[in-house]
Amino acid sequence: MLASQNNSNNEVLTNDGIPLKKKLSKSLFKSRLRAFGLVTPLLLLISLGFVFPILVFLTRGVYNDTFEKYMINLTPILAEWDGKTEPTEEMFEALVLDLVALKKSKNIGKVASRMNRELSGSRSLFTSSARKAKNLESPFKESLIQVKKKWGNLDTWRAMKVTSNSLTPVFLASALDMKYTADGTIVQKPEERRIHIKLFVRTLEISLIVVIAGLILGYPVAFLLASLPIRISNLLLILVLLPFWTSLLVRTTAWIAMLQGQGVLNDMFVVFGIATDEDRFTLIYNKAGTLISMTHILLPFMILPIYSVMKTIPPSYVRAAKSMGATSWTAFWRIYFPQTIPGIGAGAILVFILAISFYITPALIGGQDGTMISNFIDYHMRKSLNWSLAAAMGGVLLVIVLFLYWIYDRVVGIDNMKLG
Amino acid sequence: MLTINRVKVDLNVENNSFVRFQNVQKSYDGEVLVVKDLNLDIPKGEFLTMLGPSGSGKTTCLMMLAGFETATHGIISLNGNPINNIPPHKRGIGMVFQNYALFPHMTVSENLSFPLEVRGLTKTTREDKVRWALDMVQMSEFGNRRPAQLSGGQQQRIALARSLVFEPDLVLMDEPLGALDKQLREHMQYEIKHLHERLGVTVVYVTHDQSEALTMSDKVAVFNDGVIQQLASPPDLYERPENAFVAQFIGENNKIIAEVIEIKNSIISARTSKGNIIKGKKVNCGDIGSKTTLSIRPERINVGVKSENTSEAEILELIYIGDHIRCRMLVEGDKDFIVKVPNSSKIMNLKIGQKAKVSWSINDCRALDTLGE
Repeated sequence: MLASQNNSNNEVLTNDGIPLKKKLSKSLFKSRLRAFGLVTPLLLLISLGFVFPILVFLTRGVYNDTFEKYMINLTPILAEWDGKTEPTEEMFEALVLDLVALKKSKNIGKVASRMNRELSGSRSLFTSSARKAKNLESPFKESLIQVKKKWGNLDTWRAMKVTSNSLTPVFLASALDMKYTADGTIVQKPEERRIHIKLFVRTLEISLIVVIAGLILGYPVAFLLASLPIRISNLLLILVLLPFWTSLLVRTTAWIAMLQGQGVLNDMFVVFGIATDEDRFTLIYNKAGTLISMTHILLPFMILPIYSVMKTIPPSYVRAAKSMGATSWTAFWRIYFPQTIPGIGAGAILVFILAISFYITPALIGGQDGTMISNFIDYHMRKSLNWSLAAAMGGVLLVIVLFLYWIYDRVVGIDNMKLG
Repeated sequence: MLTINRVKVDLNVENNSFVRFQNVQKSYDGEVLVVKDLNLDIPKGEFLTMLGPSGSGKTTCLMMLAGFETATHGIISLNGNPINNIPPHKRGIGMVFQNYALFPHMTVSENLSFPLEVRGLTKTTREDKVRWALDMVQMSEFGNRRPAQLSGGQQQRIALARSLVFEPDLVLMDEPLGALDKQLREHMQYEIKHLHERLGVTVVYVTHDQSEALTMSDKVAVFNDGVIQQLASPPDLYERPENAFVAQFIGENNKIIAEVIEIKNSIISARTSKGNIIKGKKVNCGDIGSKTTLSIRPERINVGVKSENTSEAEILELIYIGDHIRCRMLVEGDKDFIVKVPNSSKIMNLKIGQKAKVSWSINDCRALDTLGE
C-alpha cells in the first residue's frame, strides 16, 4: 500500500497524509459546483415562483389579521375579556373609536366581510353602525345598542373575540366541517352544514376508482405495446400520446359532446336498443361523467410508466418459466407480473395525485355529485373570496396526499417505483 | 397425418436417436429460410454443440427444440414422439439462457424451487431437491441470496442448477458462458462437462466459440447459412474438415488456391498460380480443371526439410508465443501463410527476410471446395 496508509482511526490517508475522503470531496467539488450551477435557474424558479408562494398562501389558512390590523383599540381589550361577562363601557368606547376610524379610512368593508364569515348578518351591522358612529355620544354602550340591538347580544361580542385572534384554527376547523367557539372549544357543525368532509371523501373515492379503472384498462395496453415489434409499437405509442397534443379543455369538451343526453354515446345506445329514445342514460353532470372522462384523460399517465418497466423485462424470463413447466398463466402471474409492480406503483401514484387535484373536468362535467374538493377551493378563491378557507382546505388536501404518499412508501416502497 | 406415420416407422428402424430433426425448415418472413432442410439425430446422453457464426441458424434450431419457435416445415421429435404441437411447458426440457434469466424477485432457493412447484411436488421433496441441486454446483450457502447479489459465475451456476433440478432428460444451453470472462469461462466449461458426465443427461449446447465447442462436446454440428456443414467429433472436425468453411472456421488454417490437374486414387495434384505442383487428399474439390482450396494446418508444416510437398518460402514476420513461434511467410503468393515452429534450439536460425523451404505431407493437405470464390 504505497498510496495510502491506515492510521489509528482506520481512516485512509493519501500519500501526503490528508484523509482520503477530504481529498476526494475536494477533487469532486468543482464538478459538483458545475452540476449545481446547471440546475440553479430552475431551482430559483421553483423555489421563488412555486414553493415560496404556496407556503405563504398556506399560512393564510391559519393566520388572518384583518380584524387585528383595523380594530386597533378594540383588539387588546377583547383579548383580556373572558367572553362570559357583559361587555363593559370601555369595550364599547373602543369599538366606536375603531368604527369611526374605519369609516374615515374606508376600510370598514374588509372588516365587515371578515366578521360576516364568523357570524352571518354582521356585515350590515358593521357598515350601518359605522355610518352613524361619528354622531354617537357617551355612554357608548346605550347609544350603540340603540343604533343596533345586536350590539347588546353576547354572541356578537364572542364572534368578535374569535375574529380578533390573528393566529386561529377557525379556518382549518371550518375546512373540516367544525366550528371554533369563543371559549376555545371545537365543535362539529350541524349535520346539514357539513359539506367539506363529504367532498374530501368523494374526491378520494373518485381518484381511487380512476386509478383502478386506469390500471384495468392500461395494463393490457402497456403489455401489448411492450410485446409488439418496435415498428408497430411505436405507432401505437403515438396513439397513446396523441391526447397530449390537444388541450385538456378540448378533451373535456369533447366528452360533453360524447356523453350528453343527445350525445354520440346515447344515440348509439338507442340504435342498439340498449336505451329507449325517451329514457336515455344520464352520463353527464354527475359522478359517472366525471369518472369516465377522468379515466380517459389520465390513462396515458398509467400506461407509460407500466410500458417503460415492461420494456426492460427480457422475454427470456417468461421463456425460462415455461421451459421449467409453468403454464402461460403461471409464468405471467408468478414471474412477469411481480416484475411490473414498480411500474404499476409509479403509474398508480402518478394518476392518483393528478386525479385528487383534478379541476377543469369535474367543473365542466361533474354537475352536483361529480364535483371535487378542488372545485370548492376554486369557489372560495374566486367567488366567495374567502382565501383563508381556501388555503385551509388546500392545506388539508396537501396533508392527505402526503399521508397517502407515506402509506404508499410503507407498503410498496418508494424506491420500488420506476418510471423507466 | 401421413407424414407422422412415416416418421414413426423410420424411428423404429433407427432407435438410438433421442432428439431428431427431420427435414426441418424455418422462415420468419416467408422470404428467407433461416434453417434449410435440417436433419439431425442426437443419441441419448450425448453432448452435442451447435457451432456457427451469428445468423447461421443455430439458436433458431435450439428455440424450435425448446418450443419457443415453430418449425415452418418438417418434424422435430423427442424420444420418438413428434413435439411440433406440444407447448414448451409440456416438453420437460431444461434450459439455460444467455443472460441466465434468473427471476430477480425471488431468492436463489425460490428460483430453484419454481420448476418443482409448478410440478406440484410437496414442500419436503422440493427442499431436498433444491439442496441436491445447490450442492451439485457448490452453492449450498447461497440459497437465501437474491440473484442480483451474486457474481456472474455464481449466477451461471444457479441457472445451471435450475435447469437440472427437475431432472430433465434433455438440457438446452444457449451460449451460457458468453457473459463470463475468459478464465471463468474455461473453468465453467469443465464444470458443465463433468456435470454432463455425472448425470448422463443429453445436452444441446449453442455457442459461437469454437474452442468451447471442441473442449466440451461429444459431437459438434457446424452451422453456416442455415445448413449443417459438418457433424463430427471434435478431433474429426479439426483433423478432417469436410469443406472449406469448416476448415476455416475451426482452428487456424492455411489455404492455397490451386487448379486440379490430376486425380488418382483419391490423391489429387494441383497447380498453384506460381506453377508449383502440390499433392493432397481429395475431399470435396471438383473435377480436373476446377479450382480447389488446399488446406494445411500451421502445426503440420516443417521448415527446412523436404517431404512429399515442398515449397519455397520467405519469412515475413516472427511472433514469439512461448511454446512455439508463429512464423508468417510468403508461400505460393499467399502473404498470410502461418507456420507454427516448436520452440527448440533451431529456431534461433530464423530471421525476417530469410528464404527457406517448407514442406508437408499429402495426408495433411486436404483439397476442399473454394467457398464460392
